[in-house]
This record gives sequence, C-alpha cells and structure tokens, in this order.
Amino acid sequence: MSGGRSAMLRRVRAALADVPADERPDDVPVPRTYRRSHAGEDVVGLFADRLADYGAHVSRTSDPATAIAAAVTRRSVGSLIVPDGLPIGWLRPGPWRVLRDDPPLPVAALDGASGVLSTAVAGIAVTGTLVLDAGPGQGRRALTLLPDYHLCVVPAARIVGDVPEVLARLAPDAPLTFVSGPSATSDIELDRVEGVHGPRVLEVIIVDDGKEPPA
Amino acid sequence: MRIALFITCFNDTMFPGTGKAVVRLLERLGHTVDFPQAQVCCGQMHFNTGYRREAVPLARRFAEVFGHCEAVVTPSGSCAAMVRDHHRVLDPGLSSPPVYELSELLVDVLGITDVGAWFPHRVTYHPTCHSMRMLRVGDRPLRLLRAVRGIDVVELPAAEACCGFGGTFALKNPDTSNAILADKVHHVRATGAEVLCAGDNSCLMHIGGTLSRMRTGIATRHLAEILAATEEDAHEHPS
Amino acid sequence: MNTPHDSVVWLGVPAFPEAARSALADTRLRANLRKATGTIREKRLAATGELDDWEELRAAGAAIKRRVLRHLDRYLEQLEESVLRAGGTVHWAADAAEANRIVTGLVTATGEREVVKVKSMATQEIGLNEALAAAGISACETDLAELIVQLAGDRPSHILVPAIHRGRAEIRELFRRRMGDRGRPAPHGLSDDPADLAEAARLHLRDKFLRAKVAVSGANFACADTGTIGVVESEGNGRMCLTLPDTLITVMGIEKVLPSFADLEVFLQLLPRSSTGERMNPYTSMWTGPVAGDGPRSFHLVLLDNGRTATLSDPVGRQALACIRCSACLNVCPVYERTGGHAYGSVYPGPIGAVLTPQLMGVGQASSLPFASTLCGACYDACPVKIDIPEVLVHLRAAEVDAGRGVLPKPEALAMKAAAGLLGSPRRLAAAQRAVAMTGRVLARRGSIGRLPGPLARWSATRDTPAPPPESFRAWWRRTHTGTSAAEADR
Repeated sequence: MSGGRSAMLRRVRAALADVPADERPDDVPVPRTYRRSHAGEDVVGLFADRLADYGAHVSRTSDPATAIAAAVTRRSVGSLIVPDGLPIGWLRPGPWRVLRDDPPLPVAALDGASGVLSTAVAGIAVTGTLVLDAGPGQGRRALTLLPDYHLCVVPAARIVGDVPEVLARLAPDAPLTFVSGPSATSDIELDRVEGVHGPRVLEVIIVDDGKEPPA
Repeated sequence: MRIALFITCFNDTMFPGTGKAVVRLLERLGHTVDFPQAQVCCGQMHFNTGYRREAVPLARRFAEVFGHCEAVVTPSGSCAAMVRDHHRVLDPGLSSPPVYELSELLVDVLGITDVGAWFPHRVTYHPTCHSMRMLRVGDRPLRLLRAVRGIDVVELPAAEACCGFGGTFALKNPDTSNAILADKVHHVRATGAEVLCAGDNSCLMHIGGTLSRMRTGIATRHLAEILAATEEDAHEHPS
Repeated sequence: MNTPHDSVVWLGVPAFPEAARSALADTRLRANLRKATGTIREKRLAATGELDDWEELRAAGAAIKRRVLRHLDRYLEQLEESVLRAGGTVHWAADAAEANRIVTGLVTATGEREVVKVKSMATQEIGLNEALAAAGISACETDLAELIVQLAGDRPSHILVPAIHRGRAEIRELFRRRMGDRGRPAPHGLSDDPADLAEAARLHLRDKFLRAKVAVSGANFACADTGTIGVVESEGNGRMCLTLPDTLITVMGIEKVLPSFADLEVFLQLLPRSSTGERMNPYTSMWTGPVAGDGPRSFHLVLLDNGRTATLSDPVGRQALACIRCSACLNVCPVYERTGGHAYGSVYPGPIGAVLTPQLMGVGQASSLPFASTLCGACYDACPVKIDIPEVLVHLRAAEVDAGRGVLPKPEALAMKAAAGLLGSPRRLAAAQRAVAMTGRVLARRGSIGRLPGPLARWSATRDTPAPPPESFRAWWRRTHTGTSAAEADR
C-alpha cells in the first residue's frame, strides 16, 4: 500500500514539473472579494421565506411549547423521537409516546417512529438551511433521518445570514448535516418531487426570543 | 481616423459586398480606410481544427502586415477573437495591433451608434457565439441596428443559442450541426423577419443555407451592409 | 475479475459523429433532452443571477482549484494525515484495477455480500459495480436516477441526472417489470407521476438501507486541513448510506481535495446553484473520520489516480481537473442538448467529458471527442470554476492532429496543408479566388449552389451555398483604389 502511495505522490510531483520549486501554495492568489453574506437586515424573515420556498412548513413563535404541541397534534404524531439535551419544557406531555435514544434505539424503532423533534445548531438565511451537528437536542444523525416527519425548532439567535458566516462558527470534528427543505429529487424529467428517503415533511418553528433557552 | 480593414479570407472570397459596405460606411462617417494588400488569413480555421503548426505563419504574417496600424477593423467577430485571444498562443512573441470587430469600432472607438443608415425592413439579429462570448460585444450591434431609420428590429427567440456551424464542426459532425441549425432556423422563421442579420458571414451562410433551401424567403445580411445602406444608395442602386 | 468491462470509456460505442447520428434519430430522446436541459438552464440562471457577486465567487473557486492542483502533492499528504488523525484509513489507488481490488478486499473483509452505494462518478469511472459482482458482491445504487439506470441495465447519460434520457412512462414500465428482480416490487397500479415513481423507489430501497452494513460513496470535496469529507445530495439516500452502515468506503479522485474547511464557503455556494439551480441542495453531509455512537465505525478513504496525474502533467489540460461535477456545461451545450450523453461513449459526457475523457484515457482514446463541439463557449460561461473548456478542446485537437503527423496523412490533413499554402500569400489566395469564382459559376443556379458530392455532401444536403462572387474583395479594391487589374497586381 505504501508503495502505491509513494509512487502516486512521485507521479504527482513529476506532473507538476512546470511549477517553480520555490512556489508555495499561498503564492497562488485567491481573490476573496465575494460577499460574506447576501442577507439583508431581516435575517430571520429571510430564513423563514427561503425554507418555505423548498416546501417546508415554517412558523414563528415566542412560545415554543405551545407551537410544538400544536404541530405534533396537527400531524397526529403517535410516537416522537426526542434527542437528549432538548430544552426543558419544549415538549409538554400529550397523547404521543416519547422515544428517548438512551439506550440507542434500534433502526427498526427509528423507522417506525412517526416523527422526530430536534433543534439545530444554526440556520442559514440566504439558503434556507438548517445545520445539525449532532450536539444537544439533535442527537446522532440517524434520529433526524429515518422518521418521516422532522420538526425542527430553532432559536432565532442561531440564524446567520449566509454560508460563509455559518462555516466560520462550525467545528468540523462533529458530523455535520445541512438540511435545506424536505428530501427531494429531480431525477425524473427534472421535475422536482419533494419527499424521497429523508423525512418527507420538514416543519420548522423559529423561536423569536433573543435568549438561548436553558438545556 | 485612419483605419485598416482586415477583410478576412472568407469575406474576401465569398462576401466582398460586406467589405465594400465597411469601406462605404467608414468613409461616409469621414474616416480613411486602408486595405493592406499583403493581408491574407488570421489562421482561425487551422487553429480551431488542431493545425497549429500551419496557423503559426498565418498569425505571424498578420502581425507583420497590421503591426504598425493604429486601428484595425474586421467584419467578423470570430476572426477578431482569433487575433485577440489566440495569436499569442501560437507565438507568445507576437504583438498584435488593436483589432476591433465592426460594432466595437463604431461604438467604443468612434463613439457613434446612429450611423445615418436607412433600411426599411423587419430585421432580426443573431448574436454569433464568438462576438458574444469571446469579444463580449454585448448589445452594441443591436444599439446600432435600432438607430437605423425605417428598420423594425424584432427579437430572436433563444438568440444566444449557437447556430451549429463551428467551422469544420459542421463537416465533421454534420448530423449534429444540422440538428442545432434546425432549431435556429425555426426561431428565425418564428420572428416573421424579412432579414436575418449577424456580425459573422460564416454563421449567416450556415443559417442562410437552410433558409434558402427551405425557400423561406428570408434574406441574410451582414451588419455592415445594413449600416452602410442609405436612402440615396437605394435610389442609386435599387437591388 | 479482469473480464473487460466499462470504465471511463465504454466498450462498443463508435466515434462521436456516428454515435450522435443514431442518438439524433431518436425523437423521444430528443424531446426528453430538450425539456430537461431547458428546465435546468432556466433554474440555473435564476439561482446564479440572484447573487450579485457570482463572478467573484467563480474567480475564487477557480483560484482555489488552481492552488490545489499546483500543490496537489502537499495537499494529499496533509489530507492523509488529517484523515488518519480523525481515525480513518487512507488507501492509494494508481488505477481502476487497484481501486477495485482495494474496495473488494475491504468489503470481503467485513464478510458482507451486499453494499449500498451513493451516486459516485469515481466508482462508475472504475467500473466498481462490475468488479464487485465478479467477487460475488452485489452493489445497490440508491440514487433514484442511478437506480433507474441499474434496473434498465443501461448507461448513465448525464453527470447529475444519469437517467435524463428516460421519460416518466419508460421509467414506470421499468419499475413495474424489473424492481421485483432486485427486491421489493413496484406497488400495484403504479402511475407515471414522478411523485409516485419516487415513492416506489423509497419503498424498494427502504429495507436495503435498514439492512446495509457496508456503504460505498464518492466525495464532492475533502478538506486537507481537517480531513472532513463532504457529500452533496438531494434525496437522503446519501445520508442513509453515510449514517446507517458499520463500514463506509469513500472513493475519491485525488483532485477533489480542498486546502481548508473554510474553502467550503465558496463551493457550497457555487455547486448547488450551478448544478440543480437551487440555493442549496436538500442535504449536505460532512464527516471527519468515524464518530463514536454515530454512524459508521470504520471509515476508509480510497484516493484514486486513474489518469489524473497524466492529466495534471499538461499545464493547459490540467484545468479540467478543477471540475466539481455540477454538469452546468452539459445543460448549456448545443451539442449535448441534441445528442444526449451516450454518444460521448464515456462516464463523463458533454463538454467537460470531451476534455476529461481523452486526457484520463491517454492519446488515441476517445479521439473524436475534442472535435464534438462548435466552440460556442457557452460551457465556459456556465462553469462555476471557470474551466476554459474551448481552450482545452482546441489544445487537445492540436495534440490529436500532431499525433497523426508522420503517418500517412489523412485527406483532411492534406486539405489543411493545401489551404495553409494558399492562405500563406496574397498572390496564391487571389489565384485561388479566381478558380473558386469560376467553379462557382459552373455549379451555381440562380446565385446559389445546391447539393454537392464528396465531403460536402452532408453539408449541402440541407444547406444551399451562395455562389462565389465573380470578383473578390481584393480584386475590387485593386480595381477601384489602385487602378490595377487583379491579374496585373498578382505579378
């Protein structure tokens, strides 16, 4: 294996014979004149609009517990996966079964659940994107993938304007998932169909309270 | 100003009327046109088909013939692009004079959009690929056309689409070329125009070939010929 | 395992002009392509037009790729170090055979006979599915279009939408007839509504995802500084493959490395808008080695050369390696729009394929592809990393012509040499013009020339050619401006 490695690197170096030996990567200029953000003043409003463009259900509230209960009731959710670390008080008791991932739920249980309630570590306004990093209130990646209904509750304070801003605050050692609307395909005649393997319904509740909720 | 005309070998042989129109137009605007008789070809066909070795002497000759000129005009977007973008690929030592496609010369150098032309016909304009994407002539030809008296300029649907000529492409890939051309012809016919105009006679010959075969009655005219046309000319030389 | 199978170049596909001819005759294909490319072109223009700094983003993307390619050795070593630090394993594969051997060995070691796959150009390029099959391992494509292609025993015809050549009615028939062979059959009374077809695929693949122990993926990018690998997708099949199995094997061309995680800020804007014409694709997954309690426990990264270092060695052709596989160039290409992808006879069709395929495969392979373009330049304008595809096409044409020098010259080469001679002097050109004018007078009727024999037969089958004028421009100039006749001036 290491023979393959050194031979390949040798071929790469031989192929770059025209590059001056003393040139360093930073000597190749990269113009960074593009914008850090394309968002205007109303970042939260833009985030909501852009998510809705993808066919996500979006609402804003300052009372997340009531909004969550209403959403779960409206969907007639029978069993709801709730990852560790979701703010206390977000989910009231109700006619739904709460599934905790401790000990880890088997895939069949994830697949059988009617929904998942999570938060997101960040939101990107311009692209209408939720960012999940498997942190508190999000859980491991499979939790927000297998159930057909994903209810994501995002504090407005976590929403940033654009892609460059969000990358600057993410830690890449965590597994990252960017979610922009429900799963979709355009593979048949480039007609967009919403809902394939990932959750077919994405519902987002934006919590309009400047403060981070207690976990 | 003194302007040297690079006629291009193709126009020289097949479309001398375009060159005469450039001369008439520029002289009417009060400029002096030179035609360096040692000129031949920019080497575009050879270069684009892979015959670089054969194109090198042609590029060098171009530089010799036109090197001293203050401004060179050519009624061909693709030949202007060849000189401007590719001659230095053939010979990095070549210094090319400023070469302008006709609409660039008129609008940018001479600062004029109304050239005093008269052309009472319904015209649609095809922006040829090299004029549009290599030279970036933008709407200069259309601004010139719209200033022509009596003209009715109608928009060509999917105007920015290639006509499928591509020089030797049309010979090497005739079926694909035809399929692309068929759509262009369809769009030209949809405009109801009497005349199709462009800044390159090669593309015009390609599209016009099918317009003629299909007996559409739609004529093709190089931009220079429309801009050179005046009411007086029409009375003197009724066509 | 060494039975011949498809790789970058497909077996049995004729040169482009002939392959294109049969594709052009397929009216249903033409209609599917026209509709699909038209739709995606408009979406892309809307999505890119929204950003007023699109040109700045393109410039940055092109520059980052240039930096990577000029210092690829350094970035590959750094990437390896980062992936190892994150707990992954790195393998180096010089060619398709070695990559297939590595992947097959890794799958065999798990004891599994089935793998799920995320859409990956690199694994198509090396013919991985066939190699796995030869080792008794079945590979299941999970991207909807790849599934369509796999069920049909077909070849992909587009980088992004491999089944773009198929219409909904064909897909319904395919699902009804073939899905049952590979697992859960299509539901009864399946309609040709794309939503119903997507639902059928969801049901068919669900069991496979839940059962899968090994996944194979490609990669859209890999960050050298952190070892983070990213996959961009829409359907969620990628997330399934990257999350549920125990073992993840990622096959990645060496050119996909980026200097840093922060550089994703450019490519996550360029790629979705150029590719599907969306502000962002539904799902982007990024992982940095295996994570305890979340997703695969073992992660293997296979770095693939397979002709890339040969491509890298050409300072002009090298830029083709900057490609981020968005497929915008295919969608705007007048040739691709008419012929579709199969005529290119390669995993990489369209304008980017016409420059990538001959370079990856070496001189002599796919030699008709660099000529399969009108050089209209729409691909260059659309390319998010500013690959000057026309420049590379013309460069490869020259390489092809030069490779043919010294052997018996083809009629074209003789004609080109003759033309260069005529065009080499005004005197010879003037003489030729008089000959042309005379011939034209013989052939022309009412000012134009109809059908012609020989190499001009196909041109003249649908196009009239104007009769050459009796007097060339230079002859007119001499006559009117210098007072000499053409014949005198030639002396």
